[in-house]
Amino acid sequence: MKVSESWLREWINPEVDTQTVVDQLTMAGIEVDATEPVAGEFSGVYVGQIVRIEQHPDADKLRVCQVAGHPEGGEVQVVCGAPNARAGLKIPFATVGAKLPGDFKIKKAKLRGVESFGMLCAQTELQAGDDDDGLWELAEDAPVGTELRDYLNLNDTVIEVDITPNRGDCLSVRGLARELGVINRHPVRAVSAEPVAASIKDELPVTLSAGDACSRYLGRVIRGVDVSAPSPLWLQEKLRRSGVRSIDAVVDVTNYVLLELGQPMHAFDLEKIDGGIKVREAQQGEKLVLLDEQEVELSAGTLLIADDAKPLAMAGIMGGLASSVTSATKDIFLESAFFNPLAIAGRARGYGLHTDSSHRFERGVDYQLAREAIERATALLLDIVGGQAGPVTEAVNEHLPQIAKVELRRERIASGLDIELADSDVEDMLTRLGFAVTPTDSGWLTTAPSWRFDVSIEADLLEELARIYGYNRLPTKVPDQSMAIKPYTESRVKLSSLRRHLIARDFQEVVTYSFIDPKLAAQFEPEVDPVALQNPISADMAVMRTSLMPGLVSVLRYNLNRQQQRLRLFESGQKFVPGPSGVAQTPTLAGLIYGPLAGENWADDSRKVDFYDLKGDVESLLGVTGQASELQFQAGSHPALHPGQTATVSLAGKTIGVVGAIHPVLQGELDLPDGVFVFELELDALLDARIPAFTPLSKFPAVRRDLALLVDKDLPAESLLASIKNNAGEHLTDLKVFDLYMGKGIDPHRKSLALGLTFQHPSRTLNDDEINGFIKSVVDDVTQNFGATLR
Amino acid sequence: MENLAALTEEALKLVDSADDLAALDKVRVEYLGKKGQISAQAKMLGKLSAEERPAAGAKINQAKQQVQARIEEVKNRLERAAIEAKLAEQTIDVTLPGRARETGGLHPVTRTLDRIAEIFAQVGYEVAEGPEIEDDQHNFEALNIPAHHPARAMHDTFYVEDKHFQTSGGSYVLRTHTSPVQVRVMESSEPPIRIVCPGRVYRCDSDLTHTPMFHQIEGLVVDKNISFADLKGTVDQFLKAFFETDAPVRFRPSYFPFTEPSAEVDIGCTQCHGKGCRVCKNTGWIEIMGCGMVHPNVFKASGIDPEVYTGFAFGIGVERMAMLRYGVNDLRLFFENDVKFLQQF
Repeated sequence: MKVSESWLREWINPEVDTQTVVDQLTMAGIEVDATEPVAGEFSGVYVGQIVRIEQHPDADKLRVCQVAGHPEGGEVQVVCGAPNARAGLKIPFATVGAKLPGDFKIKKAKLRGVESFGMLCAQTELQAGDDDDGLWELAEDAPVGTELRDYLNLNDTVIEVDITPNRGDCLSVRGLARELGVINRHPVRAVSAEPVAASIKDELPVTLSAGDACSRYLGRVIRGVDVSAPSPLWLQEKLRRSGVRSIDAVVDVTNYVLLELGQPMHAFDLEKIDGGIKVREAQQGEKLVLLDEQEVELSAGTLLIADDAKPLAMAGIMGGLASSVTSATKDIFLESAFFNPLAIAGRARGYGLHTDSSHRFERGVDYQLAREAIERATALLLDIVGGQAGPVTEAVNEHLPQIAKVELRRERIASGLDIELADSDVEDMLTRLGFAVTPTDSGWLTTAPSWRFDVSIEADLLEELARIYGYNRLPTKVPDQSMAIKPYTESRVKLSSLRRHLIARDFQEVVTYSFIDPKLAAQFEPEVDPVALQNPISADMAVMRTSLMPGLVSVLRYNLNRQQQRLRLFESGQKFVPGPSGVAQTPTLAGLIYGPLAGENWADDSRKVDFYDLKGDVESLLGVTGQASELQFQAGSHPALHPGQTATVSLAGKTIGVVGAIHPVLQGELDLPDGVFVFELELDALLDARIPAFTPLSKFPAVRRDLALLVDKDLPAESLLASIKNNAGEHLTDLKVFDLYMGKGIDPHRKSLALGLTFQHPSRTLNDDEINGFIKSVVDDVTQNFGATLR
Repeated sequence: MENLAALTEEALKLVDSADDLAALDKVRVEYLGKKGQISAQAKMLGKLSAEERPAAGAKINQAKQQVQARIEEVKNRLERAAIEAKLAEQTIDVTLPGRARETGGLHPVTRTLDRIAEIFAQVGYEVAEGPEIEDDQHNFEALNIPAHHPARAMHDTFYVEDKHFQTSGGSYVLRTHTSPVQVRVMESSEPPIRIVCPGRVYRCDSDLTHTPMFHQIEGLVVDKNISFADLKGTVDQFLKAFFETDAPVRFRPSYFPFTEPSAEVDIGCTQCHGKGCRVCKNTGWIEIMGCGMVHPNVFKASGIDPEVYTGFAFGIGVERMAMLRYGVNDLRLFFENDVKFLQQF
């Protein structure tokens, strides 16, 4: 909300400067977002009047004005191109020597041969408004020759405050003044709202039939208004400085009262109302054309202001077009009501509307304010548009808010805020805030003022005390805590240790959005129907990822497009996989490698990475937790991965993920280069750690024997190795594959695997016969079960 | 004996001119060997009188020693030269880059989250995590944000199609803050509670200063006798630790539905130290986090008795902390994942 300092100071004028006011508000919880001058910086501009005006002899669009208002008196000739320049008009007159915003100096000039001594200004040229439609037309009673800044009080500051949803009571000049009054112990001006005596008897009957949605409704007929004249300049200026556009005098007055007192009001064209006012809930499907000219179909339960025949307005949100005040309006019906926040909250948004009125009603408008406001508006209207007012009609039902008494315990102040406040200080602070306070044995019973909808529990009162006492004056300490030592497991590691490990292996962590393009999601996992957002921010961020791979591949593409040639990426985060029992939100770790194994360097050939590089990375990851020996890889499949280069990863028999090359078809679709490898693993399983269990070291020599076995090409090495482990006896301590050969010299359907077997006995030296025995049983087994031959 | 001096002189000359170990050895044999010329002088001792003999013997020994010493000296020199020649031959350019594999890096958000969690871990805060697709109950209702509360407008919420979810009726959202994790922890454990909850959060907003996904870390302490002073002290000490600075910290009254009293926290601008600059919009202060005392309604919704326990909670925007800490000037960089950006951390 914007409010000008000068308007605020009409209500409360403590002897503190602008910056202090700003700081006081901010530190009281009414955050000042910005302050800005109400007009640009200028000088030498006076209220001028065009005394005579003639066409410029040599220019169609220019005219030559004789202008009064120069501080040295007399008439001054000014050439002016504004279409609305006319004799008698009062305008801002920038004299020779004046400085306009942007450090623009006014000098004597010749325009098409005619001398000009100054400039007549539009609002925008003075940065005093948005109207650049010709000269700024000042009021007829503007005192010619007065400095414009003084006349319009332009040495003023607009203060923009950000009001939190709990403080609807501060959404008005008076509300802010009240806060400043409390802080400065300074009186706030009273509202000038003497009741306006009725001079006519006209009334409209008002019926409340919406229960607690509307418990108070005041209305008043005013006949014979003249809406043709614009609002007076002072009113327009106040609205402008609050960021509200002037519409017509009647609407301006209701807006003014809204800004001044915080009471949203509405004026109807009396002629358009059939019968009386009915405050009721809408029936499903009723239609209403709103002031913004859109027709809405009302849903049941929407609070309506209606007459005997039709809906007139969406209560507290927006008026209807048909019953609105127009230039032809002669008689009006003025509304000032209390609508329950719950009846308005969410409704406006439900219709895609947000108005100054709904903004206030949603947060709570003082339910005792309606009469003050209607009297204030009436007085202003009679002053500005004339007419005769009828009596105020008030309808009230039993649902008026009851303000609960809230208990405040002395002991809770001490324990909650760590301060000992004197009783008199507590009472003083609350009383200044408008609370009624009754002492009790343990503290006080308090009643909030009618405008404080936000105070309903003791904690609210603590906040009030803290706020007024000053958050930064309150003491500071840290919680006393027990030194008791909590359980600390060794059988789980933290994600951070896996991350560190990957980093040490030259992986760069990335963070990608959890929502991805549905097309991309389908390319990776066509069988999966991902969780969709109802209101995505864009079409390419519309579904929740069911895999981290698409994100990594997108990062790869992004960086390839930026001249990177080698990438090693990982990400951890949840994936969202729909299943028969709901959506599994699974913490996941995924990685991608592409390009040369090592960065470009002088020493080594840079071979490109392959499947086994990434598999090695995965194996090493399990080494962190001592689980590598539990790891198994089996040929597997994944729709996004190459069918011949994909392994299912399992840990202790449970599948935890997949590693493989991007499928050539997907690679083509995504325009990726060859040789992109990815892994994706469930994180939870990776965090289980083995607690080491010591095995005594053997003091006796180990013996190594190598075997070269010819086996079928498609025999998984894992099967062979598993079988060898089973048959080599308990003293086999290590088994390595140290070579793989296919090609020239051997059967094209076969491959040669070179294996290194290491044997060691814990308590003695193994002799050759024993070793030969172990090797024989291995060879016999692989010959029999895998058709292996020794090479 | 006359020629002993001449022999010695001759031997020494030859020793000096030997340019390898073989030449040197040859000199040694020729003069000091059993049949060497200097050794041969000893044979002449027999011709001398008993009185003359010791002195003459000493002279011969002296000469032998002199030559031997010189041989040793030259031998050492030659050996050293040989080693040096070998070393020179083996010398490499140690300034060429090493062959070690390169090192990757953490994403700055992770780096920042880890640092925050570590600071709190020092005093016993544990890390708690929760789902990112949340139900309305945990994201809003239990946090004292009922359906039509104006505060919901402060959260531009992403709603999720709920066809995949088992329980119908409740709407599902992408969590708009990490606060629902608080609720889940309070529902499932007894005070005292000391946790931090890091993670991704989502708001339907995207412009220069907003990304639709960002990170928060939430802190919660619940125990008997936790006061606003404890909150202030904790936040103050944390910020000073995080930024490694003694910058002033101030608290302003604010509003969050799930805390009461609530505060917004500002830290003296880390760029200009309070003088006023672009980062702090010339106010000298940077808004850094929100916090407050846990609202009794939140306790009630999670089954904790607000008459017995009190607590505080705080929420920190991680990207903002990272931007201030590392001087990053554009939020969007965090999610573009340009490795040239990421490698800086």
